[in-house]
This record gives sequence, structure tokens and C-alpha cells, in this order.
Amino acid sequence: MDREEFEEIAQRSRDEAAAFAVHVNICTSSGCVASGCEHVKKQAEAEVQSRGLQHTCRINGVGCQGLCGSGPIVSVQPDNVLYHKVKPDDVADILDHVGQASVPHLELRQDSPFFERQQRVVLANAGKIDPEEIETAMAAGAYGALLKVTTEMMPPEVCKVITDSGLRGRGGAGYPTGLKWGTVAKATNSTKFVVCNGDEGDPGAFMDRSIMESDPHRVLEGMAIAGYAVGASEGFVYVRAEYALAIKRLKRAIHQAEKRGLLGKNIFGSTFSFSIELRLGAGAFVCGEETALMASIEGRRGNPRPRPPFPSESGLWGHPTLINNVETFANVAPIITNGSAWFANIGTETSKGTKVFALSGKVNRVGLIEVPMGISLREIVMEIGGGIPNGNQFKAVQTGGPSGGCIPADYLDTPVDYESLRKLGSIMGSGGMVVMDDTSSMVSVAHYFMAFNMDESCGKCIPCRVGTIQMVELLKRFTAQRATHDDLVLLEELCDMVSQTSLCGLGQSAPNPVISTLRYFRDEYLRCIAPVTESA
Amino acid sequence: MSSVKTLKINGKDVSARTDDTILQVIREHDIFLPTLCHIEGLSAVGACRLCLVEINGSSKLRSACVTQVEEGMEVVTDNERLQKYRRMILEMLFVEGNHVCAVCVANGYCELQWLAERLGVDHTRLIYLHPDKHVDASHYRYAIDHNRCILCARCVRVCGEIEGAHTWDVAGRGINAHVVTDLNTSWDSSPTCTECGKCVQVCPTGALFKKSRAIGEMAKDNHFLPYLKTMREVNKNDR
Amino acid sequence: MVKATEITPPTDDVRWRIVNATMRRYGYMPQALIETLHSVQEAFGYLDDAALTFVSQRLQVPLSKAYGVATFYHFFSLKPPAAHSCVVCLGTACYIKGSEHIVDALADSYHIKHGEMTEDGNFALLSAHCVGACGLAPVAVVDGEIVSGLTPDNAVNIVRGKIDQENNGHGS
Ligand SMILES: Cc1cc2nc3c(=O)[nH]c(=O)nc-3n(C[C@H](O)[C@H](O)[C@H](O)COP(=O)(O)O)c2cc1C
Ligand code: SF4
Ligand code: SF4
Ligand code: SF4
Ligand code: FES
Repeated sequence: MDREEFEEIAQRSRDEAAAFAVHVNICTSSGCVASGCEHVKKQAEAEVQSRGLQHTCRINGVGCQGLCGSGPIVSVQPDNVLYHKVKPDDVADILDHVGQASVPHLELRQDSPFFERQQRVVLANAGKIDPEEIETAMAAGAYGALLKVTTEMMPPEVCKVITDSGLRGRGGAGYPTGLKWGTVAKATNSTKFVVCNGDEGDPGAFMDRSIMESDPHRVLEGMAIAGYAVGASEGFVYVRAEYALAIKRLKRAIHQAEKRGLLGKNIFGSTFSFSIELRLGAGAFVCGEETALMASIEGRRGNPRPRPPFPSESGLWGHPTLINNVETFANVAPIITNGSAWFANIGTETSKGTKVFALSGKVNRVGLIEVPMGISLREIVMEIGGGIPNGNQFKAVQTGGPSGGCIPADYLDTPVDYESLRKLGSIMGSGGMVVMDDTSSMVSVAHYFMAFNMDESCGKCIPCRVGTIQMVELLKRFTAQRATHDDLVLLEELCDMVSQTSLCGLGQSAPNPVISTLRYFRDEYLRCIAPVTESA
Repeated sequence: MSSVKTLKINGKDVSARTDDTILQVIREHDIFLPTLCHIEGLSAVGACRLCLVEINGSSKLRSACVTQVEEGMEVVTDNERLQKYRRMILEMLFVEGNHVCAVCVANGYCELQWLAERLGVDHTRLIYLHPDKHVDASHYRYAIDHNRCILCARCVRVCGEIEGAHTWDVAGRGINAHVVTDLNTSWDSSPTCTECGKCVQVCPTGALFKKSRAIGEMAKDNHFLPYLKTMREVNKNDR
Repeated sequence: MVKATEITPPTDDVRWRIVNATMRRYGYMPQALIETLHSVQEAFGYLDDAALTFVSQRLQVPLSKAYGVATFYHFFSLKPPAAHSCVVCLGTACYIKGSEHIVDALADSYHIKHGEMTEDGNFALLSAHCVGACGLAPVAVVDGEIVSGLTPDNAVNIVRGKIDQENNGHGS
């Protein structure tokens, strides 16, 4: 495919869409599937048929709009009306109102902070395009950035744009993406790989799933651009097997991109070739760790290995390998298209761009949000999230999942950036954000995460394998209100020892949920210590 | 580029070959450093974490067995913090399995027992897990007592890397990890085991043993795998 | 020793063709182990010794390695699945909203522990870390369908009701 053909396809798809006066966009992502969007879609299609509207009104299956708590979500264009909790019976009502007023009891007002505070870069097309039809993605600009790099830019220029943008890894640690690309690009080996980390193991997070389900092409395009920049011609997307819909859509997207020549040999007539294969995880959180992930792609047990050597020097089958997170890759195309300065303008001094969070727990509005870095936790929880339900008090917000920590009310005005969260003893993490109210016990939250880490420990190294179960057993004594002061001393010693001596990031950060709750809610632990009784 | 690197270990200048690991240099200079998963001649996995050392005053610890030497590196192998961590690692092994040294074939020959003595582990505050583990004594010559296994995976590596039989591997994960022969089938029915005895030879504890040895009679045949050096052999003059 | 290419599936069940197709796609390379096990589990519901032996011989992976991989990943099961299952989500969002107590209620009702199957193989009580419906927390997946609005009090009735309904639906 060349530029002309590429633009023609995009234009044709835009023209086709424009031929319809009305578009009814129904979210078909996991959250809405769970609340029955498929029945709504069927009903809408039948209704349009029976009203003879098939030439003026198009029913589109689209990606996630973020309101996963109130699905199924339906939006009507060009009226720009959003409906929530739509049932098949509501469809007729909605169609009756097209072009006029909205159906009041179903409408979701878009002038609320939930919409106004968000800024969509990664999710710009989510909810707008049909993730199963490449043409609709192309109409929205997909693969335009790949066209630009392969026809107008040299690989080092691409690395430089990414470096200048200030993009940092969205998988948790926030490593500068441009720096990583540069390292892999410098390696002189002829075989290199690009890996997209879609393992998303944090049990309270679904950002990456949503991106892969709603706009898979953006991830593939980011990988291909990375491949061009670092000199790799093969890529892998590693997705957890539980994400059936994301897998289905990625497979389809890869297939369609190959058919269109957007992946494969000599992309856009250049000398650059790039193919992408899908690999499934099989239920192991530790496989999100990069060395374990590579072992898994190689068909082995997901045991991490010591670093160095880092994957950028010696990765898959010993070749230099670039590993980035799904959201990191999803940021690449917009940066190429709009320039590094545009991206660097969003966010704070050290943390650029936006971040997608999965907001859940005790907030009024749960769902998927994308906010500019630097926004305060208060704005996220109280405004976007709409505050705490049932008249309860906010207590803490947990970020970073099982590797992160809890941030108490006193720090609600902290800006969300890598450094600020770390200073508070938590981490940005991959984007899980769980709100807790005054009915939540912090000791049991700590126990919950420690039990998770214990279950997910690979068992290779002693401190993590045995240390996590020791801490779980100690925390059980606390939740059962029969702990002693010695237990607390031992718990703190274990936190230190396990974090300092474990082999990989899982063990090293496993104590974080305990350390952070001890830091801010120590009195809750002390209250779990049984009064000393005279023993017989 | 020179083929020699100079570095400091515990304040003393030493020289090393470029591709040496810190552990190799430490061993060459007769400096004591506890190890359990490592065995010279097999791939290094960095799993037991006993060989952690401090480098250049950084609080981030590195395992000596998998870390390459670098010019000007300053390595500290022993201080209070490291000792504390190492003792805790050993304590973890004792509470994880069921180690009853008095009735163990390896009594007096066990690397775990020897290290515990050497590092002064005489009690633990950790919680004994008392796991329900079994013994496979189906093989006519050898047996495995999982109660004594510390999951160092030496048996797995020697059987795969040296003997090429790959009878052993680690199964399960986390606290439920355990070594298995073939499809977790009994050892006597193994279609892959050549009965070479290498796994028994490298096992640091009494987990793998030759049958019909009485308690504490498990002298290892040191001439048998001369190219594999365990920590005890290396440190044999150390007591 | 038998040549790898001469190794035939344990039975003449047609489902082995799917498994074979997966291995062929990866050129029978050892790296295809996990993908192949996915294929076996999808076709047969679980991995038994015969399947593991066949796959490991065909891909020239040691038996113990295949077993190690199959038991490392919790997605794989070495036992046949129960006729019905309820997977309670224990993801953070569901946990914060009390899903742990739902597990307890179901465990009490079926007299099994979480992670176990009833003796007759009819029902398994499982849990997952996030089934991806955090917005509807707490949720469970009963025989593949997401059920929300659960509480420790109503969970037993809802789950039992759903399973009964299915049993009747399938007529007997
Ligand atoms: C236990 C553990 C789990 C991890 N899970 C994930 C994950 O699910 N997704 C992810 O992108 N990164 C995960 N990471 C981080 C990766 O190792 C790696 O740093 C990341 O994929 C790099 O991409 P980035 O630079 O784009 O963030 C995990 C790390 C650890 C230690
Ligand atoms: S820290 Fe935990 S997960 Fe990481 S290698 Fe050690 S045992 Fe495995
Ligand atoms: S005796 Fe030899 S072949 Fe048999 S399991 Fe031990 S090391 Fe492997
Ligand atoms: S049996 Fe012995 S050699 Fe094998 S893992 Fe256990 S302790 Fe190590
Ligand atoms: S980690 Fe180095 S000897 Fe075990």
C-alpha cells in the first residue's frame, strides 16, 4: 500500500459513515458485555430494520467510553447524547427521540466533571471507532503515524521524538521510553524483538484490556513504529488468557492489518518489514515482570531471572528486546502525529502526558478515566469519581495494586505524577486506583494484597517464597485481633528483608502494601494487638 | 581493553578476569561467602539470595553468583545487615520444610545444617509451616524426601545440563513449588532417568539420598563429579 | 527412540487435529509448549498425562518440563472440570465490596473449600483475580455468565437457582 491508496481507504470509510444521518454507537467492551450490551445491539439492529431506517441510521459496535459501572452505554450521533444502563426495551424509545430531545431517564449528562476533567490521548478513539473494522480506525487516522515514520523519518529521529516527548513507561516503573528505545536501537545485533506487555496482572485494573479491546490498531501501530525505530522486524503481544475479547480483537486487528499491508513485508513500500504475533499468558501475575514474560513467550515457566543483563541487551532467545506496556505503545502514534512538544505540554515537569486509571471501589462513579498527569487525587476521587457513596467518609486511595500503597486523606491534594506518589510510599503503577472509605479495614487490605502476592510468587527465590507466607500468617493474627508486639516487630523486619533480598520486582515490592498502611494507619495495627493476659 | 579488572573486596585490592563473576573472585581469594543454589559448573540462577553483597556502598544488593565484575567495583561481603538477612533466609528454609537433623542421612554432611551453624542460626521467630510433604522411595537405589528439599534446583540443573536426562524439574509455584521426576510419576517408573546418581550427589541436604545409608552416613563421593564444586568443598579449610 | 514425527496422538479423537494444527503452526518448536497446552485445554477441558506425554514428545520437551509448565500456570488444569462452576471475583474492587464473604457463603452451602469441587464432580467453587467487570462489583461468573448484584445472603440462592435452571433447560 502506498500513501494514495492509504488515504483513499480512509476517505472511503469516512464517506461511508457520512452517508448515514444517524449513528447509534453501542459499547461492546467487556464491561458492557457483562451488563448485556449484545442484547441491546441485537434489538437496535432489528428495530432499525423494522422501521426501514437501514440506509439512514447505522448501528456501530464501539469500544469503551469509560463508564463501565453503568453499562450498557449507548451514544447517539450527531445528537451527541449519551445513554446509560440501556435495556433492550429502551431501544425504541431512544430511536423515537433521535434528532429531538433525549430520553431523560436514560441520559447521562456530559457537562459533569467526569467528562470535563478528562483528557483523551490514548483513548481518543475509544468509543468512536469499531475496533473490529480496520477501515473505521483508518478513517480516524490509524497508521498515519506509521506512514509518516516509514516514509519521512530516519530511525534515530523517531527515537529522538519519543525522548523529547518525555514519555515514560506506563507499566509501573516509569522508565523513560526514549532511553529504552535508544539502548535497543544501539545494539548492533541483526535480530531484535519488540514485545508489548499486555499481561495486566493488577487485580483491580483494566486499562490495558480496555485499550486493546477499544482500539487495538493503536497498540499495533505503536509497536510497528517502535520496531522501525529500534531496528526490529518481529513483535509479540503478550496478553493474559483471561482477556478473551481483547485477544479476539487483537487477532482480528493483526489479520486485517496484514491483509492491508500495514504489517508484514515492506510496509508502505519502504525497506521496513514488521510482523506481530500474539502470545497468551496462562494465569500468572509474575509474567508481567519482563524477564518472566520472556521466559513465558519462550514456552517456559514464568520464573524471573536476575538482571542485568536487561532485555534491551539480552532478551528473547538472547536477542536485544524492547519491552513496553500497552499504554506506552498506545501513546506513540499521537506523539509522532502531533509532535513531541505537544505531548510535553501535557502533564508536569517530570511526568508528561496523560494516564489512564481504572477507578473502582467505594466511589460513586467507577470506570475508566484518562487524566492529564499532575491532576490531584482529590479531583480524581471527589470530582471525576463523584465522591464516596452512602454518606461515608473517604479514607484512602490505593494505587499500584499489589506492588503499591495506600494514600490517606491528608494527601488528597497530591498531584498524580511518578515522583509524588513514590514519595508517599506508593507508586503510579499501571493504573489501578481503588478508593476505600471509613468502613474499610486497612489491615485487611494489607492482608488481601499480601495474600495475592503469596499466591503469585513464582517460588524461585527464598525471601519471596517463604517471606510472603510468613507475612500473610502474621497479618492473619492481626485481622483475628490476637497479634502481639513481637509479631509487629517481626512483620516490619520481614518487610525490610523481603524487599531488600528478593530476586525480582514482585518480591521486592510485595511488602509495599504493608509498609504503607503501617506508615499511615499504624494505630489500626496496634488496635489488633491482643491485650496481654496472664497465662496459666 | 585489558583482560584483567581490578576491584576491591572488603577493602582489599584484587584482580579478576573480565568475565569473572564476583563469586568466582571471592572464591579464588578464599573469602567466605555462603551460597546454596550455586554450584560451579552448572548455570547460575541467583535463587537462594545468600550470596548477596553490597556494591559501591549502594544499599541495593546484588547476588555475587550472577554479577559480573567491573573495573573499580567495591564489594562488601559481610556486615551486620547482610548477616541478618542471611540468617533469616536460612531460618526461612528451616520453617518451610520439616528438617529433623537428628534422623537425617545427611546429618553432619548437610550444607544447610553447616551454614546454619556457621552463621549462628540457633532459633527462629518465624512461623513453622509444618507442611505435609511426602517421600518417594520407589527407586531401588535412590530416594527423595521432600521434607528436606530446599528447592535449590541443583538436581534439576545437573540432570538437565550435565547428564542430559532432564528427569527433574520444578512443578507448581510459590510455596507449593516442588521438584518432580517426569510427570510427577514415581522415580522407579522413570523413562528418562539413567540412574547416574548425579542429582543425589549435588543435593545440598538430605532430600536426595542413596538408600541403605544410615543416619549421618552420607559422605559424598567427591571424586565422582570433580568439576562441580559445592560451597562446602570450596570452604573446607574454613572451619 | 521413536522419531518425533512418528509420534501419534493418544486416541483417534478428532480434537487432536486442532492440537496438531497448533504445533504445526509453530513448526513443532519447544517454544510452542504453552500455546499447545492452551489448545489441548480448550479442546478437552483439561490436561491429562496422556496429553502431556504426547505434546512433550512431539515438541521434544522433557516430560518434567511440560509438567512444570502445566502446573506453574493456574489457567491450566490437570483434572477434568466440574459440570458447573462458580468463579467469584476476588479482584480488588470486588474484594473491597465484600466478595470474600460471598465465597464463604457458597463454600458453606456446598460443603467445599474455595478452589475445590464437590465429590460428585457437579460443582466447583473457584475464584479469579479480576474478571473485568469492576463496575458491577461484586460479581461472579456462573458457568461462563457474569452475575452481579450478589450479597453473601442472596448468593447461594442465585447460584443454585441458575444451575438448576440450566439443568432443567437441558431437559432430562
Ligand atoms: C511483578 C511484576 C508485575 C508486572 N506486571 C506488569 C504488567 O502487568 N504490565 C506491564 O506493562 N508491566 C508490568 N510490570 C513491569 C514490567 O516488568 C516492565 O517494566 C514494563 O512492561 C516495561 O514497560 P514500560 O517501560 O512501558 O512501563 C510488572 C513488573 C513486576 C515486577
Ligand atoms: S521475588 Fe518472588 S516472584 Fe520474583 S523470583 Fe523471587 S520468588 Fe519469584
Ligand atoms: S540419577 Fe541421574 S539421570 Fe537420574 S534423575 Fe538423578 S541426575 Fe537425573
Ligand atoms: S532435591 Fe536437593 S538438589 Fe533438588 S532442589 Fe531439593 S534440595 Fe535442591
Ligand atoms: S543466589 Fe547466589 S548462590 Fe544462591
